[in-house]
Amino acid sequence: MANVTIHEEDVLIREQGYDDHFHAHHHGDKYQTNFIFHYIFSMDHKIIARQFLITGIIWAIIGAAMSVVFRMQLGFPEESLTWIKPFLGKWIVVDPSTGIGKLAPEFYYALVTMHGTILVFFVLTAGLSGTFSNLLIPFQIGARDMASPFMNMLSYWFFFLAGIVMFYSLFLSTGPFSGGWVAYPPLSALPQASSGSGTGMTLWLVSLTLFVVSVLLGGINYITTVLNLRTKGMSLWRMPLTIWAFFVTAILGLLSFPVLASGFFMLIFDRSLGTSFFLSDIFIAGQALDRVGGSPILYQHLFWFLGHPEVYIIILPAMGIVSEVMAVHARKPIFGYRAMVYSILAIGFLSFIVWAHHMFMSGVNPFISNFFVVFTLIIAVPSAVKVFNWITTLYGGNIRLNTPMLFCIGFVSMFISGGLTGIFLGNSAIDIQMHDTYFVVAHFHIVMGVAAFFGMFAGIYHWFPRMYGRFMNETLGKVHFWGTIISAYAIFWPMHYIGMAGVPRRYFSFDTFDAFKHFTEMNKFITVFAIIAFFIQLVFVINFFYSIWYGRKMKTKNPWNATTLEWTTPIEPIHGNWPGNLPVVHRWAYDYNKDEREFVQQHIPLKEGEVGDH
Amino acid sequence: MTYLIAFAIIFLLSVIVIQIGKLTELAARIRGEEAVERSSTNTQGLALVAFMIVFLIGCIWSAYYYKNQMLGYGPLTSASAHGFELDSIFNITLFFTGIVFVLTHILLFWYAYKYRQTTGRKAIFFAHDTKLEMIWTVVPAIVMTYLVANGLIAWNNIFPTLTEEDQYLEIEATGYQFAWDIRYPGADGKLGNKDFRLIDPANNTLGIDWTDEHSVDDIVLGGTDKILIPKDSLVKVRITAKDVLHNFYLPHFRVKMDAVPGLPTSFIFTPVKTTQEFREQLRAYPEWQVPADPEDPTGPQKWETFEYELACAELCGKGHYSMRRVVEVVTREEFDTWLAGQKPFYATNIRNTDKDPYKGKRLFDYEIKTRSRELKSDISGFLTDTTGTASRNIQLKHVFFETGSDKLSDLSKHELENLNNLLKEYPSLKIELAGHTDNVGDAASNLDLSNKRASSVMAYLIGLGADASRLSSRGYGQDQPVETNETPEGREQNRRTELRIISK
Repeated sequence: MANVTIHEEDVLIREQGYDDHFHAHHHGDKYQTNFIFHYIFSMDHKIIARQFLITGIIWAIIGAAMSVVFRMQLGFPEESLTWIKPFLGKWIVVDPSTGIGKLAPEFYYALVTMHGTILVFFVLTAGLSGTFSNLLIPFQIGARDMASPFMNMLSYWFFFLAGIVMFYSLFLSTGPFSGGWVAYPPLSALPQASSGSGTGMTLWLVSLTLFVVSVLLGGINYITTVLNLRTKGMSLWRMPLTIWAFFVTAILGLLSFPVLASGFFMLIFDRSLGTSFFLSDIFIAGQALDRVGGSPILYQHLFWFLGHPEVYIIILPAMGIVSEVMAVHARKPIFGYRAMVYSILAIGFLSFIVWAHHMFMSGVNPFISNFFVVFTLIIAVPSAVKVFNWITTLYGGNIRLNTPMLFCIGFVSMFISGGLTGIFLGNSAIDIQMHDTYFVVAHFHIVMGVAAFFGMFAGIYHWFPRMYGRFMNETLGKVHFWGTIISAYAIFWPMHYIGMAGVPRRYFSFDTFDAFKHFTEMNKFITVFAIIAFFIQLVFVINFFYSIWYGRKMKTKNPWNATTLEWTTPIEPIHGNWPGNLPVVHRWAYDYNKDEREFVQQHIPLKEGEVGDH
Repeated sequence: MTYLIAFAIIFLLSVIVIQIGKLTELAARIRGEEAVERSSTNTQGLALVAFMIVFLIGCIWSAYYYKNQMLGYGPLTSASAHGFELDSIFNITLFFTGIVFVLTHILLFWYAYKYRQTTGRKAIFFAHDTKLEMIWTVVPAIVMTYLVANGLIAWNNIFPTLTEEDQYLEIEATGYQFAWDIRYPGADGKLGNKDFRLIDPANNTLGIDWTDEHSVDDIVLGGTDKILIPKDSLVKVRITAKDVLHNFYLPHFRVKMDAVPGLPTSFIFTPVKTTQEFREQLRAYPEWQVPADPEDPTGPQKWETFEYELACAELCGKGHYSMRRVVEVVTREEFDTWLAGQKPFYATNIRNTDKDPYKGKRLFDYEIKTRSRELKSDISGFLTDTTGTASRNIQLKHVFFETGSDKLSDLSKHELENLNNLLKEYPSLKIELAGHTDNVGDAASNLDLSNKRASSVMAYLIGLGADASRLSSRGYGQDQPVETNETPEGREQNRRTELRIISK
C-alpha cells in the first residue's frame, strides 16, 4: 500500500471524506499476504468478481461449443460427424454401411440440456450477476468490501464446486442429464426413463443444489451490503441504476432459489427414498410403479416459481449495466431515473406472479391461466418504459460509439426484438400454437440470452480498466460487436419462422414429420452462423486475456469521465478500495452536462443553489 | 495430424487477431487517439444506420418470403374452427408489435447516428419529462389491455365446459415412450375406465378395465394406423400419458396439450376441413405442385401426399422427435362407417381369455347375434340341401347344464331363445331334442340324465311359447359319442345337446 500515488482528486476525499478508521486496522492484513490468499481464496470483492467472470467465460465457451455440436447435427444431418469422435467417443454413432457418423439422440438431448443449464445458471447468473454485483456494489456505493467477505468467498467456491460436479457429469458412461434444463419429472425422476436420468441426474441435482447455496450466500451479502454499507450521502435514490438492478436481482434470487431447492429436494426424495411427490399412475419399462398420488405439475410450479424470476435475475443486471454504461457514453443522465427504478421494482415484483405462463399447456386449469396472462402482459408496460427511456437517453446526447456503447445499443435492439415476441407468448391463446416451438427458442434466446450477453459485454468492455487497469482493444471489440449482432440475428431471427411453421423445439431430427422438414436450408444457414458466432466470441476471449497483460494501460483514474465512485479509487486497486477516507456522496450518479461542467462526480460537493437529487 | 493442423490454424488465427489489435493501437498512437476516435465514431454511426436499414428490410422481406410456409398464412390456414381465431389474434399482435419494432429500431439507431460524438457539441441535459413518460406508460398499457382482452376471450372459448347435452365425440390419446395409442368409444359413445395397474404389455397396453361396461366396445388404434376424426364435429381428446410427460400436438389444428401421468387433460376442437379438402387448398400453390419424392418425378405431387400429423411437443426422452401419427379428417358419414367396421379391442384380444372377467358369465349382444346366425345357417343348410349330405343332427353348441344336473346354465338360454325364433321362422319344422353324455358313471344313470336334460330343454322352449306338438325329447345316454371318451376334450365334445330334424 505504501507505493500508492495520491492524485489530486484524492485530496477531496481525504479532506472531506468520511473517516471510518479503516486505515488503522489495515496494517498486517493477513488476507493479502500471499498468492493463495490474494488470488485464490481471496475475500476481496474485486478478485472474487474476476474469479466469477473468468469461470463464467470458461463455462460460456463450453456451453457455446455444445450448441455448435448440436447445431451441426441439426443443420447438416447428412454430413458425417466422425471427426469429433475422438472427443465424444461412443456418442458419435457411425453407420457401418455408409461410414457417416451422427450424434446419438441421447447425447443430443444431453447437450441441449447441458447447454441450457450451463448458460442459464453458470454463465448468465453466476458469470453476469456474480461478476458485476461483486465488482460494483462495494465500488459504487462507497464501501470497503462486501458485508461479509468470507461468505462472499464461499459464494464463489460453492459455485466452483457446483461447476466441478457438473463438469464431472459430462464424462459419465451413461451421459450427463438429458431431460431438458427444466428437468421435469417423471423423466428426470426415473432412471429407467432415460439413460441420462441415472447418475447424470443425480450429479445435476447435487451441482445445482451447491449452486443454490452459492447464489444465496452471494445474494444475502449483496442485499446486506447495499442496505448497510452505503457511504455517507449515498441515499437509495442516489444509487446508480446498476446497484438498483443488482439489489433487486439479489432479492429475487433470495426469495426464489429456496423454492427451487425445495423442488430439488422433493425430486431427490422421489428418486432415492421412494416418495412420490411428483409421480403417479406410471407404467414404465414393463412395470407399474408402486407409488401413486403425486403430481408432475407440482414440480413445474416449484421450478417456474424460480424459473421465471430467474430470467429477470439474468436480465436485470444487464439492464442496470446498460443504463449506466449508456449514460456514461451518451454523456447524458439516464432518462427518467425514477421511472427506471420503479420499473425495476415493478418487474421484480411481477416476476413472482407470472410463473405459470410457462405452463399454459401443461394441464393446469385453464381458468387459472387468465390471471397469469394478465400479470404477464402487465410486465410489458415497465419493460416498454425502460426501452423508451433508453432511446430517449440517446436523444440529444454526445454519444461515444465505442464498444461498450455499441453493445448497449445492441442490447436495446435485442431487448425490443425479444421482448415483443414475449407479448405473443404471454397471451395464452397464441401460446397454444407457439408453446414449445422454435418461436419460443427464438424469443428467449434473443431476450435473455443474447441481450444478457450484450449487457455483460458492455459491462466487461466498460469496466475492464477498473478490473485490470488496462483497456481491451477497441478494434477487436468492434469486430466482436458487429460479428455478434449480425450472427445472433442471423441465428435467431429465422427461428421465428420455423416456430410459426409449427416446428417443435428439442427435436433431434426434423425428417420424421412432413410438416417440419421444409427448413433444411434455413437450418444450414442458422448452423453456419452459429459457428461464425462461436469463432467471433473467441476474438473476445483472446482480446480479454491478451488485454489483461498487454492491453493499453489506464493512465488516469477516470478514463470514461464517469460520475460514479468506482472511478475515484486508485488505478492500482487496493484492498479496502480507498486509501484514506471513504468518499462522501453529494449528488445522484447522473450529473452529465447539467451546467457548464461536462460531468460532475458523485463526491463533488454541491455548488451554491445546486440540487443533488432528481 | 488433422488435429495438429487444426490447432496450428487456430493458433495462427489467434496470433493474427492479436496482431490486428496491436496494429490498430499503434496506428492510433501515430495518428493521434482523438482523430482515430472521431473517424471511428463516424464509421460506427454509419454502420449502425446501415445495419438498421438492412436489418429492417431483411426482416420484412424474409417474413414475406417465408409466409407460405408459416401456419396461418398462404395455404396453411387453420384446419380447426378455433384456429382461425388464434391466427387472427396472432396477426393483431403482430400488427401492434410490428409498428413498435420498426419505430423503436429506427429511433434507436438513428439517434445513435445523429447524436454521435462530435467535438464542440454538448449533450443536452434532459433527465426526465413527466408528460412524455406518462404517454409511453399509458399507451402500451391500453394496447396491452386490448390484446389481453382479445386473447382471454378466445382462450376461454377454446376451453369450454362440455355438458351431457353437447354432442361430441370423445377419443383418448395415450402417449408413451415413444408412440401414441388412440382409443375410440364403441357404439355406446363412452370410453371405459382404465388403470395403469392393469397394463399388460402383451394384450392390454392401455390398462383398460374390462369390468367397466363402457370398455368392452372400445376400439384401440395402436401401431401406425391413421387416426380418423370426423369433419365439423366437436372432438374432445382425452389426453393421458403412461410413463413420462408428453404433449398432444396437432400443428395444423392449433391443438396442443400436455399428457401427464396421473392427470388426464383434454382439448376440444372442431376440424373444419377434410384431409382431401386441405389437399385441394394446397394444390393452388406452386411449391406444392412438385413431385413428393424428388427421385420419382412422375409420382404423386406433394399436395397429393399431404397428411395432418400428430407430434409430441414435450421432451420425453431420446425418441421424442419420432412420435408421429397421421391424422385423417373425413366426413361424418365416412367416419361412422369406418368406426362401425372397427373391431373392439376386447372382442379380438380379450374375450374368453383368462383376462376376460365375463368369460362364461355373460354374453354380449353381438355374440348372441353371431350365434343366432350360426344356428340358422346350420338349420337352413339342412332344409335347403339337395345333395343329401347335410346332417339332420345339429349340435346346440352353447347349451350347457350345471354338473350332474338337468338345470340349464344361464347363458344357455340365449341359444334357446334363438332356436325359438327359428321355430317361428320355419313354421313346419318338427324337431327332436336329443341329450347325450360321456361315459363317466354308469350307463343307466347317464341315460336317465340325458333324458332329463333333453326334456328340460324342451320345457324351456315351451316356456318361451314354442308349440309342444312340434317338439319331442329323447335321451341317448353314452351310446352315441362323437369323439373318444379317453380324453377330457373328447368327453367334453360328447356331453352335448343336439336337435334332430324330424320333418321339414
